[in-house]
Amino acid sequence: MKFAIVVFPGSNCDHDAHHAAKHVLGQDAEFVWHKDASLGGADVVILPGGFAHGDYLRTGAIARFSPVMKSVKAFADAGGPVLGVCNGFQILLEAGLLPGAMLRNSGLKFICEHVSVRVEQTDTPFTGACRQGQVLRIPINHGEGNYFAPDDVLDRLERDRRVIFRYVDAATGEPTSAANPNGAARNIAGICSERRNVVGMMPHPERACEPILGSGDGLVLFESVVRALSAAGAVGTASR
Amino acid sequence: MKARVFVTLKPSVFDPQGRTIAEALHSMGYTGVGDVRQGKYFELEVDAKSAEEARTVVGDVADKLLANPVIESYRVEVD
Repeated sequence: MKFAIVVFPGSNCDHDAHHAAKHVLGQDAEFVWHKDASLGGADVVILPGGFAHGDYLRTGAIARFSPVMKSVKAFADAGGPVLGVCNGFQILLEAGLLPGAMLRNSGLKFICEHVSVRVEQTDTPFTGACRQGQVLRIPINHGEGNYFAPDDVLDRLERDRRVIFRYVDAATGEPTSAANPNGAARNIAGICSERRNVVGMMPHPERACEPILGSGDGLVLFESVVRALSAAGAVGTASR
Repeated sequence: MKARVFVTLKPSVFDPQGRTIAEALHSMGYTGVGDVRQGKYFELEVDAKSAEEARTVVGDVADKLLANPVIESYRVEVD
């Protein structure tokens, strides 16, 4: 199975994602430069964290026009699994592949810490190996993770079970305001597309794939997509 | 032709930076200042034959790039 990790000028979690896919999971993984038109026959696409184009104008606002994004959109439209992490999530929002927008963290501080996120839904390619309600300890690392969408959009996301991760209290597993690090609407840490194959999340699972790094809880997302694609018969076929 | 674009957060969107600025002003003694909203300002040089044409181009640019319609609105001035 082949992972494509898109590299924008300013991406800085690309190597973490590559390491998780290739060295921790033993899958094929390749970097794809943002000016490339092709995803190189990948089975899964990751938009990594970082500061694409220096976050100029708005986070992800310039990156959405990178040539590779046309291929990412076509890949997503064809049902291919796409994971946007942190800045990758922000790019998916700007590109319109996911609804909503990011605002400055409510406390205005850049936050870098481990948080607890609850897996709300397991019927996405990236959460299939999770238990519903499972609480993962994964780091966040952002200044603009304050998820915003109009109330009607939020209601629709809830109704369609498209809220995939929520910030919760580590002890109770409940989405309290104290457990919300950035002011995100309804404690939302991650959502998915209507077809459920595109997932965006602020926490960094690729940085939590080995216990030596403080947590191995993020690995299950990568295991999920390997399992989902294996079931779909994509292993080694580089079908796209 | 010169165009100016003012991008602001929609009234329904909370602006933590604006509130922090307002609080700073209050602590400086400017108690008469109420709400503060922070925005962005762009100056564009546009090659256009008329103000209308420039306005159309700049509106297009603002829709596609300068403003995010989910959270922001904008106003264009041309001269």
